[in-house]
Formats: sequence, C-alpha cells, structure tokens
Amino acid sequence: MTVSPTDSHQAQPEAATPASLAGPRAKASKPGPNRKKPGFSLTPYLFLALGVGLLLLLTYVPAVNMIWYSFTDWNGLGPVGDWVGFENYQEVFTNPRIFGVFGVSIYYFAASFVQMALALYFAVILSFNTRFSNFFRGVIFFPYLINGVAIGFVFLYLFQPDGTLDTVLSWFGVTEPPQWLGDASIANYSLATTSVWRYTGLNFILFLGAIQSIPAELYEAAKIDGAGPWHQFRYIIFPGIRRIIGLSFILAISGALSVFEIPFIMTGGANGTATFVIQTLQTAFTYRSVGLASAMAVILLIIVLLVTWVQRKVFPDEKVDLS
Amino acid sequence: MARRNALAGIAALAIAGLALTSCGSNGAEAPSTDGEAAGDITFLTNRTDLEQSGTWDKYVAEFQKEYPDVNVEIEAITNYEDDVKTRMSTPNGYGDVLLIPNGVPQSQYADFFTSLGTTAEMEDTYRFLSAKSVGGQQYGLALGGNANGVVYNKEVFKEAGITDLPKTEDEFIADLKLVKDKTDAIPLYTNYKDGWPLGGQWTNIVGAVTMNPDAQTEMSHSAAPWTEGTDIYSLDSMLYNVVAEGLTEPDPLTTNWERSKTDFAQGKIATMVLGSWALGQLEASAKDAGADVENVGFMAYPASVDGKQAATIAGDYYLGINKNSENQAASRAWIDFLLEDSGFTQDEGMISAVTADELPANLDDLESNGVELLELSPAPEGEESLFSDTADKAQVDVWGNIYRQKLIDVARGQAEGDKDSVFAGLNEAWGQAVNDLSSK
Repeated sequence: MTVSPTDSHQAQPEAATPASLAGPRAKASKPGPNRKKPGFSLTPYLFLALGVGLLLLLTYVPAVNMIWYSFTDWNGLGPVGDWVGFENYQEVFTNPRIFGVFGVSIYYFAASFVQMALALYFAVILSFNTRFSNFFRGVIFFPYLINGVAIGFVFLYLFQPDGTLDTVLSWFGVTEPPQWLGDASIANYSLATTSVWRYTGLNFILFLGAIQSIPAELYEAAKIDGAGPWHQFRYIIFPGIRRIIGLSFILAISGALSVFEIPFIMTGGANGTATFVIQTLQTAFTYRSVGLASAMAVILLIIVLLVTWVQRKVFPDEKVDLS
Repeated sequence: MARRNALAGIAALAIAGLALTSCGSNGAEAPSTDGEAAGDITFLTNRTDLEQSGTWDKYVAEFQKEYPDVNVEIEAITNYEDDVKTRMSTPNGYGDVLLIPNGVPQSQYADFFTSLGTTAEMEDTYRFLSAKSVGGQQYGLALGGNANGVVYNKEVFKEAGITDLPKTEDEFIADLKLVKDKTDAIPLYTNYKDGWPLGGQWTNIVGAVTMNPDAQTEMSHSAAPWTEGTDIYSLDSMLYNVVAEGLTEPDPLTTNWERSKTDFAQGKIATMVLGSWALGQLEASAKDAGADVENVGFMAYPASVDGKQAATIAGDYYLGINKNSENQAASRAWIDFLLEDSGFTQDEGMISAVTADELPANLDDLESNGVELLELSPAPEGEESLFSDTADKAQVDVWGNIYRQKLIDVARGQAEGDKDSVFAGLNEAWGQAVNDLSSK
C-alpha cells in the first residue's frame, strides 16, 4: 500500500503523544519526600466518591427500594405496606390483562428495523461526498433533538381528521383517509411511525460515526481492486460497523419493550395502544398499587437484561478486523 | 485502612439515601386547632388561574384585616394531584392548609390531617361532610360543591326543535338524534382523549338515576353492579348506546378539552356530561367567542323515578390541615375564613359548604325544572374507603377514564366484544374484588 499524504498527516499527532506523556511520568517516578509507597492510594477514590455517591443516591438506592416495594402491597402513600412475598409477581404472570400489552411492543420492534434500514441507507449515502451532505445530515438528525412531548403534540395535529396529513393526501386524490389514531387497526402503526421519525436520527448518527472511522485507504484500495459502491458497502462498511448495528439492535429491543412517551402523549394508552410502561404507570397511580407496579417494573428490567444476554449469546461480539 | 474508609464513606452515603427516602409521617399526639391564630402558613391550591388574576391575594388581604398576625403564602400547583401526593411523603412538605388530594384513601386521613372536629357537631352547619368523615371525625371541609348533570347548548336544542328537556334515556337519545339530523353540532362530546371528563363526571351521578343516596355504598357490596336497574349500569349503558348510535365525536382520539369549550359555546357541540363547576368556564368561553352566555344550560341526567328527577351534589376539593403544621390555629382560621367570609363559592358559582348560604344562580335551571338536589349519605363506619378500595382492587377505575375508554372503543367497533361482554367483564372483576375484600 502506498502511503498517501493523509496518512502521514494522521500519524503526526500519534507520534507526538508518547513524548508528551513521557514528560510528567518521568517526573513522577522520581522519589520525592512525600511520596507514598507504590500501592493503594486514596486520591482516585475521593474523585470517584462524588460521582458514585450521586449514582448510588439517585439510581441504585431508588432501584433497591423499588425491588423492596415489589414485595409489599404499598399504595404509594404513608408507611410502606405489608410484606406479601411473591404475590405481586404471581399476579403479573397470571393476569392476562397485564402481560397482554407486550403485544403492542411488536409494532415498535418491527418499526425499529425500518428505522435501522433507513438510518443505514442515509448514513451510507451521506458518508460519500454528496453535495450538501452536511445540510442533509442536520436535517436527518434534527428530529432526535426535539423533545418527545413536543413531537407527540406535533404528530397529534398531523394525524387529526382534516389535519396536515389528510390535507397532503387529498392533493394526491386520497379523499377518504382513515382515522389515523381513532381506528384501532391503524393507531399502533401511526404511533410506531412517529417513533421511527423520531429515532432514525440517533441510529443515523451512530452509523455515520462508525462509517467515518473506517480508514479512507480501504476504500481507495478497494477502488483500485475494482469494487463498486455495493461491494464497498458489502465488504467494507457493513463489516466495519457490525458492532454498532449489534448495539442498535439491543437498543431497539429494549426500546420497543419500554415505549412510553409517544403513545402516552398522543393517545394516553387508549384504543389498544397501551404499552407495558403505560400500564405500569396506571397500576401505580390510577389503581394505587405501587407494590404491583414495582413488580412489573422489576420484571421489565429482567426481561430487557435477558433479551440482551440472549442477543449477546446468539451474536457474539466478534472483534472487527478490516485489514 | 484507607480502602475501608472510602468504602465506609460510600456506605454512609447509601444509608443517608435510604434514610432520606424512607421518612414517613411520625405518629405524634393528635394536634389541636385551639389557641391563638398567628404565624406563617402555606396554602396549597390547584387554582393557578386565581393566583394569576390576583384573586388569592385579594382574599389574603381581606383575611389579614381580621388576623394581622397570620401570614398566608399561596402556592398554586398546576399538576396538583400528583405533585401533592408525592410531597405528602415528607411531613412538612405539603403546606399547612391544603386541598386533600383525591388519591389519598380515607383510611389514611388520620396519618396526614388534623381532625377539624366531630362530624356530629358540624352536621347542622355544613354540607358535604360525608366524603371526609372517618370514624366520626371530620378531616376536611368542602371549599365548594357542585351539582352533577349534563350541560347543553340551548340554542342548538332550539334549532333541533327540542322543547322539553329529556327525562329518560330514550328521550335523551331521541333528542340527540334530532340534533344530529337537524343541526351540524356533535350531539354528545365525550372528551375521550383528555380522559378525566369520562371519570368522576359520570361516576358522581351515581345515586341520581335511582334517587338512592346509598347507591355508592350498595355498589361497593354488589357482586355484579353492572346489572340492569343500577345507577352505574344506566350511566355506562347510556354512554355505550350513544356511542354505538354514532351520536358522539367522529374521532374520539383527537378531542381536546380547551377546544371543546369554544366549540360548545359556538354551537358545534350540543351536550357534555359535566358538573356545574364547568358552567363558569363555558360561559367565559362563550364570552370570548362572542356567543350568547345565556345559551349555556344545565340539566339533570336524563333519568327519572315516577316522573321525578334528581341531581347529585357533592363537594369539590376539601380543605384539610397538615397534622404536622406548627400553626394549627392560624390554619383553622384561614379555612373558616375561606368557607364563611371570603365569598369564594359565590365568586365561583359553586355550592357553599355552609348550609345556610344560598344556592348559586347557575342551579336555577335545575330548580325551575323541579329537579331535586340529592346528597349521598355517608358510608357506614369502617367502610369509608371501601368504594375506592374495591375499584383499585378490581382495577376498574370508576374515578378514572380507562374502563370507559375501553367501553367506548367497543361501542364504536374498534375493540372486540359487545355491550354484554364488557359488562360481564366489569362484573367479574368487581365481584372478585368485593369477594376478596369482604373475606379479609
């Protein structure tokens, strides 16, 4: 392989790094008067304490509390209720009304494939030297920056009878559009599409970042060997970003299981669009069964962990080697 | 050594965290509201609009003429129910005087609120005591009360050729059909998307249909309340039939409460099932939209017993005192002032909790139609929270919107089942809960 000017340019900072690091290190190794024996030092733990402390206080302690609540019949107010053992867990698994809502997640899971395909498609196109590519990158990523509540409201107006969507469709001769949210057979598709619109940007930016980290000389070499765009994608880009695709896949599954914002804002879970998280919220605050709701939340956590574990077993994290 | 210290530090933090989250209410001796009214008190309210308009400040100024030593701080909270319920886990976190959140079960009132006296000694002076009376003690007094029924647009009714107000379900549905045929208005607007208009606004009517003040108590003992002849059956069956006949909004998923007020004022909506509290807001919308305020009408729920009709009246939010408050006497003085001297209920068009006060003008329509006002009788001692407990246990949210939304979905053919299967399902869940609770 010939060394192009770009390579030598990239190599420069790397060459500079060891030297600059060596400086302080060399100094530190000189024995000083206050220097402790090599081994344990408190300092790094002091730095960690604040972060770990906040993490414990704001994440782990509430999580442990939630697990505790899940074994009680607490109603959310006053002293925590009586210990009921595994009764709540039994209820979650035996009450078909509670577990049935996981069916709704299938819509979002299916939609996440559409989302990844779209994101990958745009990422590949825009990673080549397309005109205005920065502009289009911005356009595609932008929806992810808008907060979910605002998106819910925007799409609520879009899907209204005689709303924006119906107006646009009427230009193309669609005179009798369905009720996008009112028709139970369509509502979940409408919501899943909204979700795709929102999260494609995130997938896109992950894929784009991964694609751009592939060394440029690989493409050059491939071109010399006569590879067209499709072969470049198939044999360079795709294997190069496999890990990111795997990660997106995990995010898609856990995301589909715990969809909340969009259906909650747009339908409040009515008309057969309630997801497991909405159901959990209703159990805790509408039916005042915080104990049962905690058990549901714990079960969701376990399911997500399980799915991730299975996914890692089926698609092991292979080391990517492009050279 | 150092490692152990660091670990100990982290453990201490974790324990501090646990301690912080597990503070509960302490079981101190019962506080009393006797003594001199002085000090600072905080009043939690859901009426943010009255804060913006300066009405609360006006009341406080009036109050301080009599009690110059009491400082009242008003805290108006938009998301009142959820915020205050969360804050109630901290003993001093929920102000001194507050509106008792509806989500607090009666059985826990004594843990959070000061008793204002015995119900027996207040009975002659005040209305609406039963909802907040536990074990003979009164924990809250209604800031105001409402009648429950149906608001209707008089102009639309006239246009549809309706001269007499409907007195039965059949007459009501026939009238709604007239509205549909002869006008452009939506006959009955459910406000499905916002949800809350499908909850208490309907369930509060329980009692009026059969003119039975014990209807709610009986329902909490009934193994199958959704059976023909009961109040709840009549209400839900009417809702089902109206939706199934296509007499409600075409796409219920995109309704909007704020817009519905304007639509109602402009004659695009003929009726809505709402309490009399809504009349003030609807009249205001009518004024804003340039429509005639006189068009806003209020009628009893279309049902009658031997030709007579009734409308239930009940307290809206109830004022209570935080039992951990240090200024009990000042808090009590503020409550008494709000109820008796502030003129709040008159300003708001609500029914005053003080029995001697006159009924608000917006109930004239009911009176002139010979509708009897009916207050539910208190639940028997020890069963004060049975109705809500049964609903929670059955996961049938009689005060919420979830089960009525499902009912509507079935009625408009968007979910599987029919009227019988829905009611059978409700009866099964409810009967099971009644059974479980009575065997405990």
